[in-house]
Amino acid sequence: MIDLQLLALLLTPLTGGLLLAVFGSRSWAAELNSLMSFCTFIAAVVLTVRVIDYGPQVAFSEQFFIDQFNVFLVALTAFVAFTTSLFSRPYMRIEQHYGKLTIPMLRLYYSMYQMFTLAMLVALTSNNMGIIWVAMEAATLTTVLLVSLYRTPASIEAAWKYFILCGVGIALALFGTILLYFAAERVLGEGGTALLWTHLNQVKGELEPTVLKLAFVFLLVGYGTKIGLVPLHSWLPDAHAEGPTPVSAVLSGLLLNVALCAVMRSKVLVDGSLGAGLAGDAHFAGNLMMGFGLLSVVVAALFLSRQKDIKRMFAYSSIEHMGLITFAFGMGGPVATFAAMLHMTMHSLTKSAIFFAVGHAVQKSGTQQMENIRGMMQVSPTVGWGLMLGTLAILGMPPFGIFASEFLIITTAMHDYPWTTPFLLIALGIAFAAIFGKVQPIVFGETTARRLPHQPALIPVFAHLLLALILGLYMPPYLADWYRQAAALLGG
Amino acid sequence: MPMSYSIQLINLLASTLLLIAFAMLSQRRILSLINLFAWQGLVLSLSTFIVAYSTNQQHLYYSAGLTLLLKVLVLPWLLHRLMRKLNVRWDVETLINIPTTMLVGIGLVIFSFNLAAPISQLSESITRGLIGIALASVLLSMLMMLTRRKAVPQVVGFLAMENGLFFAATSATHGMPLVVELGIALDVLIATFIFGIFFFQIRETFDSLDISHMERLKDD
Repeated sequence: MIDLQLLALLLTPLTGGLLLAVFGSRSWAAELNSLMSFCTFIAAVVLTVRVIDYGPQVAFSEQFFIDQFNVFLVALTAFVAFTTSLFSRPYMRIEQHYGKLTIPMLRLYYSMYQMFTLAMLVALTSNNMGIIWVAMEAATLTTVLLVSLYRTPASIEAAWKYFILCGVGIALALFGTILLYFAAERVLGEGGTALLWTHLNQVKGELEPTVLKLAFVFLLVGYGTKIGLVPLHSWLPDAHAEGPTPVSAVLSGLLLNVALCAVMRSKVLVDGSLGAGLAGDAHFAGNLMMGFGLLSVVVAALFLSRQKDIKRMFAYSSIEHMGLITFAFGMGGPVATFAAMLHMTMHSLTKSAIFFAVGHAVQKSGTQQMENIRGMMQVSPTVGWGLMLGTLAILGMPPFGIFASEFLIITTAMHDYPWTTPFLLIALGIAFAAIFGKVQPIVFGETTARRLPHQPALIPVFAHLLLALILGLYMPPYLADWYRQAAALLGG
Repeated sequence: MPMSYSIQLINLLASTLLLIAFAMLSQRRILSLINLFAWQGLVLSLSTFIVAYSTNQQHLYYSAGLTLLLKVLVLPWLLHRLMRKLNVRWDVETLINIPTTMLVGIGLVIFSFNLAAPISQLSESITRGLIGIALASVLLSMLMMLTRRKAVPQVVGFLAMENGLFFAATSATHGMPLVVELGIALDVLIATFIFGIFFFQIRETFDSLDISHMERLKDD
């Protein structure tokens, strides 16, 4: 049963990718893209219900593993991929109308969009640390041509940077995986099982701590490049700013989470291995993650105020939030892990909603330079409100969900690591001042914008924000329970 | 073949691998760079074959064959073809500071050996101690990517990095599970195709394959 459900989840985007590679230039390609994404979402929901009912499961002779932690990411990924496909339908048509995109480019976009979803879902559900690596690399490969879709010099430069930097980063992650296999082979023996996470998790206490420590450093640096942790982040603002906005939304809202999921899988193993040893560095992995996380939060906040390009600014905001999540996972413990996962969910929903609104605002004013985008409220109240509410949500204003998760993270930090609190609070304060100060005149003020040839899709924006609002006000007990179970799986 | 011979052979091949990595670091001509890359693939394939023979592991024969096919034949052929199409076969890159780069490279080798020393002591496999060499060649390829200003040498560096990683996988662990190796090989192949597409895009947009033209995107 689980095999079939998983197969449906993975085959749908694969079929979609192949179909769209053939029919991507038809006029109904956008609808087909949304339909396939919707089917993927349904499959994800079915799978999620199954895992909630029956607990963690393995499938396909243990090659895939689904537990409460990754199934929540699967559901989130499928949901945001679906809403983004709804948003991209009018967005890409408008781009085509303005002559920025041709039909072959659109075909590439639709096909790669599905393949990218597939790569992320495989990376999330795979039980094999090697396959996780392969899928992460595939996720880069499918998006790199999307970043350069407009073929402008800036977009080609951004894509090249993305390709090379993530390629180097992910190579380091492969070295980490090899070291992990090296340690595992001595316990589990040669052959297929020594890279399977479920097997590794059972014997994690016996794995050689020195090797695992080194492996984790490589894995964190490697996947950290993908997460966008400072100082490995320099590809991220470029790729987010120069690619088409739907791609920015899924890169920022989803891919970063997937990379973080891979890091968390490794962290569980390293913690188990170090905790069993006599060495006094049981919190080695956590400390590393806290360090990278805190640095990312602070540096990203400082860079925020210097941005002129609106998508670039929100890309830096993603770095800041991913840093915060990494920091929270690094602290460990049930509350911080719970908060980190909540923050992951809220960030995905809110940031993709912001990118949707930003995308239409940019189309209306014809530029990404913030000083030239003015008076969105006048020309289109929905875009204006979407942008304003999204900005308030991402800045952690109550009653949105990010307020709850940031509150939990900061109170835990105050309790466990008091010295980090001033850094976090000051960084969040700077980020608030920078982003709010820049978005405010964009939303209000005199307008220069134009009308769009197609009706923009703003339902996804408000759907995401509404979800973030509801979860901020009231978390249903079963959902809280689910998060708690997932936190427990991560050794919280 | 007695065990000691095969160990000596593998050690010899490992040092050849490192030597080729250094040669690539200082090679100015793009054409020779691609040939060096093919040689590195051959060395890799041979060492995998010897590990397979001496430990009698079936799946390593496959990966040796796969390496031979992909890294010695297909990828260099693809690159040569691209060079012909782009008409940059005889391009020479002006490298500044080769001596400094070499010195940094030696530093990287020492660093990798130090990093790998505690791990090598744990290894019971016939090929202990090679993990340092593998790490060194990965880092050297990375250094090469950093010092190059042209797109093609950067890509060769990227592929050479993959060679170093593959060497780590076979020498330290007797090879990853076959499904993983196949996945990695597929990724590398697709990556090369995409790099090829990029070469054309870059040349069309910037009129050259020199990536130092790319400096539009900066944070003030």
